[in-house]
Amino acid sequence: MTEKPIADLSFEEAMAELERVVGALERGDVALEASIALYERGAALKAHCAAKLADAEAKVELIRAAEGRAVGTTPMDAA
Amino acid sequence: MLFEDDPPPRPGNSPEYTVSELSGAVKRVIEGEFGLIRVRGEIGRVSRPASGHLYFDLKDDRNVIAAISWKGQVARMAIRPEEGMEVVATGKMTTFPGQSKYQLIVDDMVPAGAGALMAMLEKRKAQLASEGLFDPARKKPIPYLPRVIGVVTSPSGAVIRDILHRLSDRFPRHVLVWPVAVQGEKCPAEVAAAIRGFNALEPGGKIPRPDLIIVARGGGSMEDLWGFNEEVVVRAAAASNIPLISAVGHETDTTLIDHASDRRAPTPTAAAEMAVPVRADLLAGLADLNARLARSQRSLMDRRSQRLSDLSRALPRLDALLATPRQRLDAATQRLGSALSLAAQKKRGLFAALASRHRPLALLTLTARKAETLKARAATLDDRATRRLERATARLELFASRLAPALTRLKGAASRDIARDRARLAQAADRLEAFPKTLASLTLKLEALDRTRQTLGHAETLARGFAILRADGQVVTSAKEAAKAQSLEIELHDGSFTAIPSAAPAKKPRPAKPADKPGQGSLF
Repeated sequence: MTEKPIADLSFEEAMAELERVVGALERGDVALEASIALYERGAALKAHCAAKLADAEAKVELIRAAEGRAVGTTPMDAA
Repeated sequence: MLFEDDPPPRPGNSPEYTVSELSGAVKRVIEGEFGLIRVRGEIGRVSRPASGHLYFDLKDDRNVIAAISWKGQVARMAIRPEEGMEVVATGKMTTFPGQSKYQLIVDDMVPAGAGALMAMLEKRKAQLASEGLFDPARKKPIPYLPRVIGVVTSPSGAVIRDILHRLSDRFPRHVLVWPVAVQGEKCPAEVAAAIRGFNALEPGGKIPRPDLIIVARGGGSMEDLWGFNEEVVVRAAAASNIPLISAVGHETDTTLIDHASDRRAPTPTAAAEMAVPVRADLLAGLADLNARLARSQRSLMDRRSQRLSDLSRALPRLDALLATPRQRLDAATQRLGSALSLAAQKKRGLFAALASRHRPLALLTLTARKAETLKARAATLDDRATRRLERATARLELFASRLAPALTRLKGAASRDIARDRARLAQAADRLEAFPKTLASLTLKLEALDRTRQTLGHAETLARGFAILRADGQVVTSAKEAAKAQSLEIELHDGSFTAIPSAAPAKKPRPAKPADKPGQGSLF
């Protein structure tokens, strides 16, 4: 298994790996020890995904540009 | 023409101009009157000298006006003027006093009429495509869940509202809006600068770098959208390292930026849908996965614990396994005590019997008795020896007395015998003298006899392949005897050897022996 640190995974990667973990557990062809490790990784992946989903704050800013470069932002009403 | 219509000058009555003064006056009038005009016409003769300035004519069916675009203006132009092109030129009128000419300085020029515009668009599209800017291989995948989305559009108006609204419906994100003019002269340069500006942001900088750019504009006329056909915009979109979705106009409108973008959305709202997944769906999917995770783990555990309990049921109980041996042990233990004492008792009895016989007194008595017997035997032994000696002496004396008369008798007989033998010797001597004669005939006879003997004797028979068996020097004639013998001496015509008969008389009797028997038997 590719044990990339979960924190480095994108939502999509984490989700895909979670699918694989669940699939492996559902097939039931894993050793007990491995299944526990898999379950723990699955739980961590789920938490990671959930955190990514929870991070859904709408924030809208207007770029202030000078000579083609962004020099700052101004909050913008999302209305 | 204007001035030619003036009445002929009368001296002293009208002012007198120098040529330059007049030229300057005309210039002022013309420039003042036609400071900024738009002229529609067809491009006539075009000349492009090495200076980079562009000299051309604008004409209609009757008249012609000379036109010039300076190098810088040509560079900014959306179109490349060509002869026959119907254009709307924007500029100002001026004069060229050195040649008494008036002319139009053209700042900008756009194609007039859809046909011309489309033709130009196709030409530009082919040009950019040939550079590979529209290559599908260049297109980058749109991130599944971008954290920051950069939107290049007008900050006011429906488009940005639609996008933000759809984003917050689906998955609220951090949005950076780069305000640009979405139509008009400034549009291409601003849009291109915004795309480049987003790409120029450092990851992790003060202003977050977008993971995705949306370039959006609402619907409009072809001319309204024209800015998104501009080369500078197309090149900026193609060069963007950040994945870019273009959403310009309505579904039916296609601008060149759509070819260079990584994905084209038919509307700004659709662009927002492409940009982010629906959070609620993801939450549901994640919840489902999580439930499956827990369920599968639980069922895995259940299956294993079921298996464990099945196996442990199948495992015989320890008590049951031990019951029989334990019982045997008990029984044996019980018997062990009595058996031991019984055995000891038995041995003690045996020992006592022996011990009673081996008391020292009994031993002494026994020894004395044996000595007595021994002494008695010795006494009888002495008596017997003496008696036998006496008897032998008596017999010796008897023999000695009989010896002398016997000798005398023998001497007499011998003398008589000698005399008689002497007479016979003389006779024999006589016959001996005649012997050689008879010897020869006897020899012949003997040879004849010997031949007969040989033919009849066993030597010949042996030479014919028969053998004589002997055991301990005795001739063996029966197989039974032969089997009993330790060793057999076998004589053949040229010698003999010893053979050991096989210990077990073979189940299958040796075929040679019985066959030989009759022959041998007949011989002896």
